[in-house]
Amino acid sequence: MIDREQVLHVARLARLELTDEEVGRMSTELSDVLGHIEKIGELDLDGVPPTTHVVEVSNALRPDVVEPSLPRDVALASAPAVADGGFLVPSPQADANPS
Amino acid sequence: MTGGRNSSSDPTQLSAAAAAAAIERGELSASELFEAYRAAAAADELNAYLWVAEDAPAPPPAGAPLGGVPLAVKDLFCTEGVPSQAGSKILEGYRPPYSASVVERLAAAGAPLLGKTNQDEFAMGSSNENSAFGPVLNPWDRTRVPGGSSGGSAAAVAAGSAPWALGTDTGGSIRQPAALCGIVGLKPTYGTVSRYGMIAFASSLDQAGPLTRDVTDAALLLRHMVGQDDRDSTSIGFPGEIALPSADSLTGIRLGVPAELSGEGVGIEAGVLDAFNATLKLAESLGATVETCHLPHAPHALSAYYVLAPAEASSNLARYDGVRYGQRVEDGGLAGMYTTTRSQGFGAEVKRRIMLGTYSLSSGYYDAYYGRAQRVRTKIADDFRSAFDEFDFVVTPTSPSVAFELGAKTSDPLSMYLNDYCTVPMSLAGVPAISIPNGCSEGLPTGFQLCGPAFSENRVLDAAYALEQAIGFENLARPPRNHR
Repeated sequence: MIDREQVLHVARLARLELTDEEVGRMSTELSDVLGHIEKIGELDLDGVPPTTHVVEVSNALRPDVVEPSLPRDVALASAPAVADGGFLVPSPQADANPS
Repeated sequence: MTGGRNSSSDPTQLSAAAAAAAIERGELSASELFEAYRAAAAADELNAYLWVAEDAPAPPPAGAPLGGVPLAVKDLFCTEGVPSQAGSKILEGYRPPYSASVVERLAAAGAPLLGKTNQDEFAMGSSNENSAFGPVLNPWDRTRVPGGSSGGSAAAVAAGSAPWALGTDTGGSIRQPAALCGIVGLKPTYGTVSRYGMIAFASSLDQAGPLTRDVTDAALLLRHMVGQDDRDSTSIGFPGEIALPSADSLTGIRLGVPAELSGEGVGIEAGVLDAFNATLKLAESLGATVETCHLPHAPHALSAYYVLAPAEASSNLARYDGVRYGQRVEDGGLAGMYTTTRSQGFGAEVKRRIMLGTYSLSSGYYDAYYGRAQRVRTKIADDFRSAFDEFDFVVTPTSPSVAFELGAKTSDPLSMYLNDYCTVPMSLAGVPAISIPNGCSEGLPTGFQLCGPAFSENRVLDAAYALEQAIGFENLARPPRNHR
């Protein structure tokens, strides 16, 4: 039901690289799980509104007032690499197949 | 309560509530209690802890209601300066710059941090075998799983190396391990406890709750967990206060037993069903009425859950990209770094769920999966509302089986997911549910789940307490204490 090609496509969307063996296993396992899930296709759900959240709160906004937040050095302390007060990342131009 | 046993010789024998009371009376010092638990946690042989405090905490604030009774905390709660890895290699060594709101609240109430407990990676699992730091062993039988995903918290409380613990429940991750380890676990109404500082799995379902030795301890811990928090926009708090339970009867209580979650053909083990039916008889002897009820869409809950939770997870886990915290693996440029970091940092189950969620949210499949699952969720919440028109509580076995052997289900994701069959519907509906130990099957504990309408925690705790007293579980069995 979900073939190797689809697995590779979804993996690209999720920024995951799977080994050949993982692709095969994922194809079987996802097909099993989706086969079970597909039973919800049999339900009559016409006119039923979706539930995104059980809490009936929308747009819980705080007053638009400046408040203290994490100091910059604290926010950067866990980063693998920093430079000039920011997060340092490798250059996108160094990718073999930029995407 | 379990307060009476050998309290003078070993303070870890006391329930948390009894220990807090002994401290208040001046019969026990908080530092002596902390050291006893610290030593027990450090000597743990179940792999229940990923980090144990080395130093005694500052004395609890004067008059703090929890008196200094220490707390074990699931790894995914952020704890300032203390490793918080969510059981994942991608966060190995991560020490957050702040603590989760609920951890702060409990520390202020006098429950200092004892240790961080092992868990399934990002709370995805029902056996604790998905931890990047190895599985937790069940204290009743070390060849078996403790359940999951809060398996370390459950095993620590059951083995006596923690007086009580924090867990999180997305589809059963507090209740199922509580059942498999013979302790009490409560998933509160969604929104009553702040999620701020909880490393997210599925934000519309994740909820923190207590894992404890008895129902009184669950009430006491929950009392100091609930509350609105401006830092969590879905937080609503609890109307009123969580009371300590005292009911000794179930007179006039109507229990509904959903045919869809407890009948023939649901796949519940015979021994678990026997224990469940014995508890129903006991409930009747306490004055309750027991009747069959219906949650017509409950058989579809697991399907809806395994669309919605992975979809939310695939979005939440996009943040692990090697930029701001956690592991980074360089590989060419930016995209190569993202992909290689994630591919090496996530375990097999997390990858599976990210793939499942990404698939069901992807163009062409969204309406068939995600959109439909959200509508099923509405029907399930409606089913519970209808049931609560006629019944005070809905009751089921917590887990279809007792603790299973390590490795028994790791090669078949679908059979692992079926562990959540009886716990997922309450999560989708956002209603509170407690699991209490109600007996043993083949020498292993079974769990009884009792679920009420939103914000009915006080009534749920009272009913669970009345049942607990009648069941007398502590006199039936206890696992070997691992630290002797």
